[in-house]
Amino acid sequence: MIETKPLKQTTGITSQKCYHCGDACSGTDIRIGDKLFCCPGCKLVYEILEANDLCSYYSFDQNPGISPREAGLEKKYAFLDDEELISRLIRFRDDAVSKIILHIPAIHCSSCIWLLENLYRLNRGIKETKVDYLKKELAVTFNEKEITLRQLVELLASIGYEPQINLQSAEHQVNDESLKDLYLKIGVAGFCFANIMLFSFPEYLSLGKGIGPSFEKFFGYLNIIVALPVLLYSSTDYFRSALNAWKQRMVNMDVPISIGILALFLRSLYDILSGTGSGFMDSFTGLVFLLLIGKIFEKKTYERLSFERDYKSYFPISVTRKDKDGEQSIPLHRLQMGDRIIIRHAEMIPADSIMINGEALIDYSFVTGEARPVSKVSGELIYAGGKQVGGTIELDVIKEVSQSYLTQLWNEDAFKKDQHSKITTLANRVSRYFTIIVISIATAAALYWFYADKSLAMNAFTAVLIIACPCALALSTPFTLGNTLRVFGRNKFYLKNTTVIETLARVDSIVFDKTGTLTHGQAVRVHFKSRTDLNEDEKNCVAALTRQSTHPLSQQIHAHLRDALPLPVENFKEYTGQGISARIAGKSIRLGSATFIGSHDREDQATAGTRVYLEIDGNQRGYFSIKNQYRRGLKETVGQLLQHFQVYLLSGDNSREKSRLLPIFGRESALFFDRNPFDKLNFVRQLQESGQRVLMIGDGLNDAGALKQSDVGIAIADDVMAFAPSSDAILDGQQFRRLADFIRFARWSMNIIIASFILSFLYNVIGLSFAVSGTLSPLIAAVLMPVSSISVILFTTGAITILARRKGML
Amino acid sequence: MSAIIILITASLIVATGFLIAFLWAVKSGQYEDRFTPSIRMLLDDKKVKNDKSKPNNDLTGS
Repeated sequence: MIETKPLKQTTGITSQKCYHCGDACSGTDIRIGDKLFCCPGCKLVYEILEANDLCSYYSFDQNPGISPREAGLEKKYAFLDDEELISRLIRFRDDAVSKIILHIPAIHCSSCIWLLENLYRLNRGIKETKVDYLKKELAVTFNEKEITLRQLVELLASIGYEPQINLQSAEHQVNDESLKDLYLKIGVAGFCFANIMLFSFPEYLSLGKGIGPSFEKFFGYLNIIVALPVLLYSSTDYFRSALNAWKQRMVNMDVPISIGILALFLRSLYDILSGTGSGFMDSFTGLVFLLLIGKIFEKKTYERLSFERDYKSYFPISVTRKDKDGEQSIPLHRLQMGDRIIIRHAEMIPADSIMINGEALIDYSFVTGEARPVSKVSGELIYAGGKQVGGTIELDVIKEVSQSYLTQLWNEDAFKKDQHSKITTLANRVSRYFTIIVISIATAAALYWFYADKSLAMNAFTAVLIIACPCALALSTPFTLGNTLRVFGRNKFYLKNTTVIETLARVDSIVFDKTGTLTHGQAVRVHFKSRTDLNEDEKNCVAALTRQSTHPLSQQIHAHLRDALPLPVENFKEYTGQGISARIAGKSIRLGSATFIGSHDREDQATAGTRVYLEIDGNQRGYFSIKNQYRRGLKETVGQLLQHFQVYLLSGDNSREKSRLLPIFGRESALFFDRNPFDKLNFVRQLQESGQRVLMIGDGLNDAGALKQSDVGIAIADDVMAFAPSSDAILDGQQFRRLADFIRFARWSMNIIIASFILSFLYNVIGLSFAVSGTLSPLIAAVLMPVSSISVILFTTGAITILARRKGML
Repeated sequence: MSAIIILITASLIVATGFLIAFLWAVKSGQYEDRFTPSIRMLLDDKKVKNDKSKPNNDLTGS
């Protein structure tokens, strides 16, 4: 159906852009009229769109297209014919239509939205399509009689929008309804609050003179009716949470809030019905409204990022099994030990297997963060999680998917534990004492008035509960942490939720992974080492040769020689796992490992990096040394952290880079090499058992266990959208050097919360002096409540903003 | 007195109408994706000619 995108040919030099995808069309001459394309794939997409009258696609954004890169489509989606799988993927189905939500990572611009929402013009079986841009999801309604799921997916892939279908897509995630629920509750609370304020105005303005008994009664009853939805609907979350805490013999922030809310409502109800006052319904609804706003502010989430990804998000949904009847595509969960499977280029190995046939070059970058593929020969064990680069291979499965070396990690306890039980937040710890103190003051006041003036006893008791309702206290945490979350987000440090800030502030040891974390995933330093440097001609030849190969080492060398002129290449050969050769400009060029070239120069294990040897016309010319580059500012960052924290390094690699790392980390006892994923997890656990609070920073699936076990797990990613194991936070690789700043900022946020606690206690003391004397009028409550809440909100927001400005984070 | 009762009842009914509209909007999922519609509304859909047999090249590029 679609041809493989050929390696770019080098016949001439032009720098025109592909009309479809905007890539440079280096010398190719694939065109329709005056429109130039970089490859047949792009041209084909253009033809499909043109034939269907969809060329407005090109008018919204410049060169919006995506080149359809994957080859061998006809086989690739064969698994979508499996009825069992289809029914697991499809979310809704009746006689006429089926609905499915597909994740399409390629969605990137407004043209994408336009084209995908006009899909119905490409096939009449597609009824409706809707894009969710941030989540990069496409909801499709289609008729399975007219277009099968497989055809639909193939259609999308053929125009460059290949859906990502993995093990996780089959497990329907329950949509998070809590945010929607919160909107509804805020809507109701806001409505009731505004109306009650309106009805209470006459009372405020009369300044105690009264507005006449008939009006008072009318507005009073109206207030009760309007306040009921707030009590019975909007504030139910607080009651439920308080009740749960009570059952577990705990006191959280919601306990004093619930007591306050209930006291407010019941006292108002009594006042109005008995005709002794006009009640505090305005304060009651306003309080709930503000609290809910604080809640939504805290709930800022990064929809685009996923913090809960486990191996299932990366593992394929199906695998090709070879048996007596030939090849067939089976769902992954039916894969058994002893099955013979076939893995093609760019496919992932789903279970630990033994290599049988073919040339394996396995890219373990998901697992270790190491971008360089490893070659394996038949009989060797290949762990799950690696990706095949190159030709097709055959493997014998020796372990089940969930029992493989890597996936076993998810059977560990760390993944079963409820994360919430690990932390008691500052607010909850404070509220324990707070509740006890408030209830004792209320009781004391009631007892005093019981003997002094019986009529005021109940009045004083409820007044204390009302005024001590920790409104400002409850608002300071969400607003401070919500703001901190936003400041971090602007600096490309994305947290899962606000409690992470609190744990981050309390961390005392830091554990780093090496590959991909301290080293840069892609950036490498390439040096040519020889007696004489390469001249321009030779550089051009090597550049032309490396351009032909997709091997990462070739690409790194090619990138190193980026200014070279393109030359025609003849007789190009690639020897998997060994090297490449070709004739260029009359010279025979060979590039590869020492054994491939026949060099006697043994690779010195003690020195870091990889060497690629070069031979021109049979003469050994020298070698390219390729070293992983450490992140910029690594030494300074670790240096800063060393002053305040215990810092450790855990590497899955051998200790050949020890000499480079020792000056950075200072002491040998902090460096650990040859650690497997379980060792990493256990190391973190041991630190925790010795009473330390651990921050783990890693990047690959092999760190997933340690990230989960640690108090705070930060996944570092050079492209935050692309890949990160499940973690508490995702840090953009560029921002690595600001790690110490982030931790310091988290600590400052906690100090700001404490300061705002003190502020709100002061308000409580003022309010209590009215309350215990039994003179709390609705007007004082109505003024004190919003003033205290809003001043706390302003204080925390302002403090965070000023702090962020001074740190250059805003 | 009675005028106020009538006015307040009327205002409550109007306000309740808006509340119901808001609740409906949330429930029908209008708050789930708050970004895509902002782009979608900028994409003006050029009129597709009803005659499908004639390919209209005037739409290409420009």
